[in-house]
Amino acid sequence: MTTQAPQETTGYAILDTAREQVLENGIGLSEAQLLEVLELPDEAIPAALELAHEVRVKHCGEDVEVEGIISIKTGGCPEDCHFCSQSGLFDSPVRGVWLDIPELVKAAKETAATGATEFCIVAAVRGPDIKLMNQIKFAIDRINEEVDINIACSLGMLTQRQVDQLAEWGVHRYNHNLETARSYFPEVVTTHSYEERLDTCNMVKAAGMELCCGALIGMGETVAQRAELASQLAALEPHEVPLNFLNPRPGTPLENQGIMDGKDALRAIAAFRLAMPRTVLRYAGGRELTLGDLGTREGLLGGINAVIVGNYLTTLGRPANADLDLLVELNMPIKELQKSL
Amino acid sequence: MSTAVTETYCGHCGEASSGEPSGVGAAPDGGTPTSDAHQSCAQRLAMEPPRYCADCRRRMKVQVTPLGWTAECSRHGKRES
Ligand code: SF4
Ligand SMILES: [Zn+2]
Ligand SMILES: [Zn+2]
Repeated sequence: MTTQAPQETTGYAILDTAREQVLENGIGLSEAQLLEVLELPDEAIPAALELAHEVRVKHCGEDVEVEGIISIKTGGCPEDCHFCSQSGLFDSPVRGVWLDIPELVKAAKETAATGATEFCIVAAVRGPDIKLMNQIKFAIDRINEEVDINIACSLGMLTQRQVDQLAEWGVHRYNHNLETARSYFPEVVTTHSYEERLDTCNMVKAAGMELCCGALIGMGETVAQRAELASQLAALEPHEVPLNFLNPRPGTPLENQGIMDGKDALRAIAAFRLAMPRTVLRYAGGRELTLGDLGTREGLLGGINAVIVGNYLTTLGRPANADLDLLVELNMPIKELQKSL
Repeated sequence: MSTAVTETYCGHCGEASSGEPSGVGAAPDGGTPTSDAHQSCAQRLAMEPPRYCADCRRRMKVQVTPLGWTAECSRHGKRES
């Protein structure tokens, strides 16, 4: 397309276009362009990741944001997200359990001690009821008394009043994932709609909280639907996108889905960064399974600029030190705490 | 794992430790139960906490935190990482 000096071309037109459009001009790739990235041959993956890394460093900086996540209410969710072991509608071995506040505060302290600046409190619910909101308020106050860390929440779909309350209590970021492309969503969730998810996302943004809105790939969606998802996320302009890879859970409708190909996962990492040059792109669940130990390094050098440290909500992650040591080795500073007032 | 003779049930799938696991990654049909019948379960248990009590196969109450986990059986008490 553009006439480039020979030494600057990768041999792949879409990457040369992306270098100018995304790296130089900061404009994310379109859905059609993302599909081209997702369909690059294996040999082009290193070049795609390298470009994504350059984009990340130029538009987001060298820092890596570290976060811990914790479940305050596990299991027994009335929704039917087909990937989720916490749905009460499937025959999953995950039992319903509530975490008490002292344990939550202890976990926040341990998380902060790793250097993490974010602590996300998650509940397996359709949306919060009064009991949960009261628990959250109490938890936020106790954590703020004892721990220096930003508090994020993920409590399902919110009413406007709940959005306002969370913002008022100092929740600086709210997580609510799109999970998959609009066109694939009905295959994965039937108890609520894509539009309902978008409504919560938009309310969160309008209230001034940072929106964390993630993706879960490898659920049987097509590559075109992966491009669709990346571009739908980009349109929402979230502050952060956690990128999850399906970890097929026993008892869920997707238990036999199989683990996503590692090369496709790497293509997706590059594509998501090229779709959203300025967004915090976080490595989330399933990376250990899909990409193995080496995957963390490849991702951090391929567009990722945030990690979930330690364990996930119901499964275990890499030991926290493994990721923290890797950041030191890669000379990537951990993002420092900037408490929002 | 195969030497853990005191464990009656597999913490991952809840089946008898000496028998065939159910679900994904099960050993091929017809094979007599072997010590590595739960090999894939053992691999899984490196990446997730146990869900079933190894003594009585009750589903446990499991709490995962960023740096650890606990799993509690109403009869046999708490295990932790
Ligand atoms: S709403 Fe959340 S907790 Fe409930 S089934 Fe869906 S993903 Fe799981
Ligand atoms: Zn087993
Ligand atoms: Zn027991």
